Amino acid sequence: MVRKLALSDKILMQVEKPARYIGNEINSVMKDKDSIDVRFCMCFPDIYEIGMSHLGIQVLYDMFNSWEDVWCERVYSPWTDLDLIMRERHIPLFALESQEPVKNMDFLGITLQYEMCYTNILQILDLAQIPLHAGERSETDPIVIGGGPCSYNPEPIAEFFDLFYIGEGETQYRSLLDLYLVNKKAGGSRQDFLKAACVLPGIYAPAFYEEEYQQDGTIRGRKKLYEGAPDTILKEIVMDVSDTYYPVKPVVPFIQITQDRVVLEIQRGCIRGCRFCQAGQLYRPVRERNVEVLKQYALQMLQNTGYDEISLSSLSSSDYSALNELLDFLIQECRKRHINISLPSLRIDAFSLDVMGKVQDVKKSSLTFAPEAGSQRLRDVINKGLTEEDILGGAALAFEGGWTRVKLYFMLGLPTETEEDILGIGELSNKIAAVFFDTVPKEKRTNGRVQIVTSTSFFIPKPFTPFQWARMCTKEEFIEKAYQTKKGIMAQLNQKSIKYNWHEADVSVLEGIFARGDRKLAAVIERAYRKGCLFDSWSECFHNDIWMSCFEECGIDPDFYTIRAREEDEIFPWDFIDCGVTKEFLLREWKKAMSQTVSPNCRKQCQGCGARRFGGGVCFENQGKQE
Amino acid sequence: MKIRIKFAKYGVMKFIGHLDVMRFFQKAFRRAQIDIRYSEGFSPHPVMSFAAPLGVGLESMGEYLDIEVNTMTTEEEMKTALNQTMAEGLRIISVKQLPETAKNAMAGVAAAKYQITCLSGDGSPKEFPVEDLKMALRAFLEKERIPVIKKTKKGERELDLKPGIWELKAEEAIPPFDPDGRRYPAITMLVDASSGGNIKPALVWDAFLTDCGITPESCSYQITRIETYGNTAPEGKTPEFVPLSEIY
Repeated sequence: MVRKLALSDKILMQVEKPARYIGNEINSVMKDKDSIDVRFCMCFPDIYEIGMSHLGIQVLYDMFNSWEDVWCERVYSPWTDLDLIMRERHIPLFALESQEPVKNMDFLGITLQYEMCYTNILQILDLAQIPLHAGERSETDPIVIGGGPCSYNPEPIAEFFDLFYIGEGETQYRSLLDLYLVNKKAGGSRQDFLKAACVLPGIYAPAFYEEEYQQDGTIRGRKKLYEGAPDTILKEIVMDVSDTYYPVKPVVPFIQITQDRVVLEIQRGCIRGCRFCQAGQLYRPVRERNVEVLKQYALQMLQNTGYDEISLSSLSSSDYSALNELLDFLIQECRKRHINISLPSLRIDAFSLDVMGKVQDVKKSSLTFAPEAGSQRLRDVINKGLTEEDILGGAALAFEGGWTRVKLYFMLGLPTETEEDILGIGELSNKIAAVFFDTVPKEKRTNGRVQIVTSTSFFIPKPFTPFQWARMCTKEEFIEKAYQTKKGIMAQLNQKSIKYNWHEADVSVLEGIFARGDRKLAAVIERAYRKGCLFDSWSECFHNDIWMSCFEECGIDPDFYTIRAREEDEIFPWDFIDCGVTKEFLLREWKKAMSQTVSPNCRKQCQGCGARRFGGGVCFENQGKQE
Repeated sequence: MKIRIKFAKYGVMKFIGHLDVMRFFQKAFRRAQIDIRYSEGFSPHPVMSFAAPLGVGLESMGEYLDIEVNTMTTEEEMKTALNQTMAEGLRIISVKQLPETAKNAMAGVAAAKYQITCLSGDGSPKEFPVEDLKMALRAFLEKERIPVIKKTKKGERELDLKPGIWELKAEEAIPPFDPDGRRYPAITMLVDASSGGNIKPALVWDAFLTDCGITPESCSYQITRIETYGNTAPEGKTPEFVPLSEIY
């Protein structure tokens, strides 16, 4: 079968990287559309190189296409060059595999990985010639369904979606598609399907609810517009992660992408409970994959893709209990095959340094520490278990082993942060440099000196974290903090060995608005999109001035979402979603944070977060055993 | 063991650039479990060398790639194994073991033959009297110099295409990857493809169109590389162009 491309040769020769739009990659799936019942188009609303690097879509693509009656295809955001051409010539957005219009599909699934992709969602819908508002869609338009981390507070973009899938996609999609088929066969309408779908576990149909506000703009409650719709939506989760779908034949792109390697997901969830981290709460409880299964996956994926590199993926790989065994196996197998291993950030200790020494060029690689805060006091507030002793001890070991480069990650604007905490960033950076000069005698300093790269990002409070009640800093406060950090570093003895990078403040503020936003924000997002905002996560495309004028024109005060401190009993826009972790637990943690009390990790002592009700994972790991 | 692989690149694969084709083959060798030799050093890479990079948008029936392997079964088996893991639009035409003394493909390239087919609006080959093309070409070939402006990183410079054109003619030919098998008017050219004097076929074509009073942008066409040649004649003698698959 010869595929006819949606774009002419002339257009493809005109745009940057035409390979983004032609499909045809190794392991991409072609099916005969006449023998298919459901056509699903999976979208990552950013450019191909970013979207193709995402493991989640590969998992779902593999799962959907393993079903005979379903054909799952992919679509990514056309870059600005092609975007213009498609608008000018009314070319409908097309799926990569069939090259046919997305609007002809049954479903359009959009993964929501970060808030700054919201205008790109509108671009996708607009170019696909699908009405932006779910309420304006006709019987022939695809069902637009969202998923991924931002679907845990879907309200700012709720009116653009027919459905959201809350949680891990492996569990309910088959039932959802079956409902769709039954409804189609029975001649049911779009509305009939949404009504049937909204009672499935994990499925949220936003049109059946309305947010009601108080005078001050906070939420009074939610009104149901369809009686049959559930009050809360409990996230879906796969309990046996060893015996489920895994994409052992991932699609291999022609062009280089951001994560251009085999990715082995070793576990889901994290035992640590850092109080700023959303992923650490959303994906509870920790579920490890069987190490023997992982070994098989690794070999199969390397064989099926031909990649020369493999990496491990998880929130905290050092906590994977069979890490030692897995890495030994990979090192041995990969050496035979000339395959590189790219290590995730591991906790720096004798074991990880030994492994790193085996798979990396010590002179070229760097060590990474993420203390996140400059003082022990603030690290206790955020429940980051890393101590100064750990860092300096790890650094000393590493310097003895020949490393000379260290990367440090911090956050600015954390709750209770003082000037002292900020100065601590420079001091800690300086101490690490001092450790180098103490540990490595002059004649052994191969590169002459040590290189410390200290980076700060701005703290953004996220839903379903203990800090969801926290006030976020203003742009001015952020900039002042970055300035103080820089000043603090410049005052250090070893300042010449320290390089300081900081993140843009504008984008962080906007991300903070959407993260804890409500339905009122949809109008702002749409307006900004109409005024040309697109690819907001790309600094060259980000126009803060347009965004700010849109807030003003919509009569919405951005500060309401960011710098306002929330009362303990405030109803949040995302409260109707149950991510497994209870609000009571989060509040307990918020109070412990304020009293600078740390909480032990899940393996040490259960904190009663609520995720135990899923009936598996780390919560049941040590049943009957003594700690 | 040195191996020379001849392959075709067509269809949607014409939009994949040279570096990405190289990366594609590195992965394809691993998928096909070919025991390719790796270079020495801290970051060993598979030993492979391409004959002449093909521009994005061009198709080809005569691409060459040399590799070194530690072990192999037969040429035919390697060809089959590779073809099983090619993407649509890449096809292995032949696999040949070379004598150990063989020069690599890259160093031996002297010329390449291209065929240009005019396309109508829907992308299919255009029908028109070949005589028109022949007549226009006759006038073009009588010129003593064919100066074009070549844009380089450093600016623009004038280049005379004439000495690099070994053959240029109009004829009716079957478009290489067109399934209907009919003949259409086409230009074929044999031009210099050596590392010092490589001539891009599009430059010749644009110069010809401009000479006919046609703006090159207004015309759609497909360029296909038909074959890549080495030169077997001693230096200073009239060149004898032989396909790379036949010289080692």
